[in-house]
Amino acid sequence: MFKNVAELVKKANEENKKISEVMIEQEMFVTEKSREEIVEKMRQNLLVMEAAVERGITENVRSVSGMTGGDAVLLQDYIKKGQYLSSDVLLDAVSKAVATNEVNAAMGMICATPTAGSAGVVPGVLFGMKNKLQPTEEEMLNYLFVAGAFGFVVANNASISGAAGGCQAEVGSATGMAAAALVELAGGTPQQSAEAMAIALKNMLGLVCDPVAGLVEVPCVKRNAMGASNAIVAADMALAGITSRIPTDEVIDAMYRIGQTMPEALRETGEGGLAATKTGRKLEAQIFAREGK
Amino acid sequence: MKYRTVFDIIGPIMVGPSSSHTAGAARIGRVARTLFGTKPKKAFFHLYGSFEKTYRGHGTDVALVAGVLDYDTDDPRLPQSITIAEKDGMEVQFIEEKAKMEHPNTVKIILENDEQQMELVGISIGGGKIEIIELNGFQLKLSGNHPAILVVHNDRFGVIAAVSNILAKHEMNIGHMEVSRKEKGEEALMVIEVDQNVDSHVLKELDQLPHIEHVTKIHE
Repeated sequence: MFKNVAELVKKANEENKKISEVMIEQEMFVTEKSREEIVEKMRQNLLVMEAAVERGITENVRSVSGMTGGDAVLLQDYIKKGQYLSSDVLLDAVSKAVATNEVNAAMGMICATPTAGSAGVVPGVLFGMKNKLQPTEEEMLNYLFVAGAFGFVVANNASISGAAGGCQAEVGSATGMAAAALVELAGGTPQQSAEAMAIALKNMLGLVCDPVAGLVEVPCVKRNAMGASNAIVAADMALAGITSRIPTDEVIDAMYRIGQTMPEALRETGEGGLAATKTGRKLEAQIFAREGK
Repeated sequence: MKYRTVFDIIGPIMVGPSSSHTAGAARIGRVARTLFGTKPKKAFFHLYGSFEKTYRGHGTDVALVAGVLDYDTDDPRLPQSITIAEKDGMEVQFIEEKAKMEHPNTVKIILENDEQQMELVGISIGGGKIEIIELNGFQLKLSGNHPAILVVHNDRFGVIAAVSNILAKHEMNIGHMEVSRKEKGEEALMVIEVDQNVDSHVLKELDQLPHIEHVTKIHE
């Protein structure tokens, strides 16, 4: 089993395989299941992701608290007008990341990647890129296996829990995973995947987990949006040949240590950061008054 | 390694909004239900740390109850579980604990019916993954990384050998095993993590051994 990114890339290079293939083969070894079973299970995940994206960009989804919903539709309408400043692909990915998290906040069905609070980034980037890159279903599944491979390293060497390591561990990890996976989808090398992850994750370091009223809504939905855009830009930078001065594994280690020293108020307790702002507290009071807590 | 498969990272498919506070909670509840063996009459949930602070907004409460009703993380009935449980005559109670635990997402579940009472402590470590750290006062380290067999037995010589013989006969490899007891000669617990999936006929065979009180399995 690969323990870190360096081993993962080395294995891919030595055996002349893609990262996705290394991940699938390891999965077959660890679970003693056939390739078909494993690929089919991933296909079920892909279908759930697609359904959540579709629901979020077409329906006017609203969360129980009323704090989130409807922003994915706003972005889709904005793209159609054609007056955007960045790019249609970038905004499409952003809107699909938002869509997923709006469905999640509404207690809809999603696929955690790596967590529910960060479930928008990986599918957002994939479905945002679908028109441009025209991937086959197999390539889309491979994208998820690459994302899984990098997430696997983060989860085992650092954390993917906001309560343990802050939002950098959730949306941060998801952003790194999506960046690495997009590089392979676009035809980049395993090493470029690793560079993209490092570049993306470095820019998420220190991100705190400070949800208003303790709900996975504010600021989680918009952090997924920015995670998706960060992932795409990081992938482009890596494909351009830019490398990270700090190796990916050391970036992951830095993330872990930052998480350990982060105050508890900023680790999913709803007690610090945006949750503790005047408006955050007001929203919290309104929601709990309604719930009768 | 805490995380073993790619589906710990890409997955689970679940009802939102939080993998640790909703999906993880449902999974802890479901392990409790599996170990209890039947639907309880009463279920008490003691919540600690981030679970205590944010359980309502995250649906941790409905998720825990859904687990105890034997629902999976992607069961569409999950948001209505408390109503369903109460309609079914199950008493449900949440207790907000202020004590600081080692892990931020900790829950102690107590399940009861006329015949038995069970107490379990579980933690949700992220991405929907869980660990069970205590069962009826026995400390244990059940990672949930592998299929596992739990055997409650009387502390007598030969019981462990008899259990491992049956596993050997079925060509099942033990990856990790711990045995703990409260008092010499009293009730004891074996936790056996195996590499293969556990078929029900293996459990039945184990259950028929002398000095065995209860056998149950937990999936990966």
